[in-house]
Amino acid sequence: MSSEVQDKVIEIIAEQAVLEVSDVKLDATLEDLGIDSMGLVESIFAIEEAFDIQVPFNANEPEKSEFDISSVGAIVTAIEALVAEQKGT
Amino acid sequence: MHRVVITGMGTINALGTDVPTTLEAFREGRCGIGPLEFRDVERLSIRIGGQVRDYDPEASFNRQQIALYDRFTQFTLLAAQEAVAQSGLSFAGELAARSGVVLGTAGGGVTTWDENYRTVYEEGKNRVHPFVVPKLMNNAAASHVSMTHNLKGPSFTVATACASSNHAMGQAFHLIRSGMCTVMLTGGSESMLCFGGVKAWEGLRVMSKDACRPFSANRNGMVQGEGAGVFVFEEMEHAKKRGATILAEVIGFAMTSDAADIVMPSQQGAARAIRGAMQDAKVNAEQIGYINAHGTGTAANDKTECAAVADALGHHADAVMISSTKSMHGHLIGGTGAVELLACILALRDGIIAPTIGYEEPDPECALDVVPNVAREAKVDVVLSNAFAFGGLNAVLALRKV
Repeated sequence: MSSEVQDKVIEIIAEQAVLEVSDVKLDATLEDLGIDSMGLVESIFAIEEAFDIQVPFNANEPEKSEFDISSVGAIVTAIEALVAEQKGT
Repeated sequence: MHRVVITGMGTINALGTDVPTTLEAFREGRCGIGPLEFRDVERLSIRIGGQVRDYDPEASFNRQQIALYDRFTQFTLLAAQEAVAQSGLSFAGELAARSGVVLGTAGGGVTTWDENYRTVYEEGKNRVHPFVVPKLMNNAAASHVSMTHNLKGPSFTVATACASSNHAMGQAFHLIRSGMCTVMLTGGSESMLCFGGVKAWEGLRVMSKDACRPFSANRNGMVQGEGAGVFVFEEMEHAKKRGATILAEVIGFAMTSDAADIVMPSQQGAARAIRGAMQDAKVNAEQIGYINAHGTGTAANDKTECAAVADALGHHADAVMISSTKSMHGHLIGGTGAVELLACILALRDGIIAPTIGYEEPDPECALDVVPNVAREAKVDVVLSNAFAFGGLNAVLALRKV
């Protein structure tokens, strides 16, 4: 299940960054991938739509958000937790 | 070049249904932001706003008028009525031909769009009221003001998002200064506090769920408001000749475009507009006593605006008072500059500087005198009002005490 979430999140991030899926590594930061704040907000929207979940995120205080965006791996972990919590899987 | 003065002002917003109540709220540092009340609000994650409460359209308008007037038009007409009454003007003959209306709004009749989309999409009905189009069009408010007060000169609506009212008032200023018009009703209004209106903003993830705290280190976004502000701009000699009470003089205006990003603000674009307004007004930085900030309470705007003010005013930036009244009435989007101009007149005429309320923690990136939480008495001669819109469109007005 978790690898399914990981694959989908990476696919969404790759599309936003206009990169091949294979070029999006778990230890990369969004900055490394060239995703700015607008790109991040769009990616979160795509993730919410893909998993039918709510992601708590306020662009004014990204660092205070419960949602960790420090790396691709951190985002995957956070989404896995949100999916488990909100979809009961 | 003709000089331009303000001889009337009117408003309705979350702080009050007229100017005296609103100015009293500015003095007291009262907050008009609270829980939103409208259909489907429980489906929103953002549930606060500066809503006009206990508003009864039927107290002011008849059934036929309500069928034609969206909420943003109703607010505009109420504010215009108050402004015209204060000015003592009535429009006929040559004066009517040389007078018009320029108003700002970003969304126009958003509530009308929302209600009628609901009717056809959600409720599946296949018929809408015949006046949907004249009710929702962005120029509806300007047109109804011109019809109500018999203003037969140039009238139009300006839509530059959050700078709409400042751009509109700048156009009115230019029309009188150039000699084309004698009197202009100007300002703006907005009413997008409905399910679809707030849902759209929610998507951008820049809204606060709890409060608007401009310049405070713990600020976490903007809070929307609604309402209108309308002013009577009048050619100075015309106003003096009829013995009108002059509230303030409009002495300068500048507009710039960032030409950079659709949502992120630019220090350079904002600073150029501030400098431009001072140059147009022929004042130097040291003469500026107060700036009504755009001050949205977002992380990006407030630090960029403070940097722009520091850039444009140089060392005087440390002495100037700058406050954001959005902390009290919320962000009225296309109507915001108009309601905020009331704080400029309060500063010039009454020597009271409206505070930035909700201020809790100093932010080193906003290290100016933001008049935290409590209004202040101060004599100021020249003030600026900033508006910086999404899309990088900036508009700054300069006013002087008379």
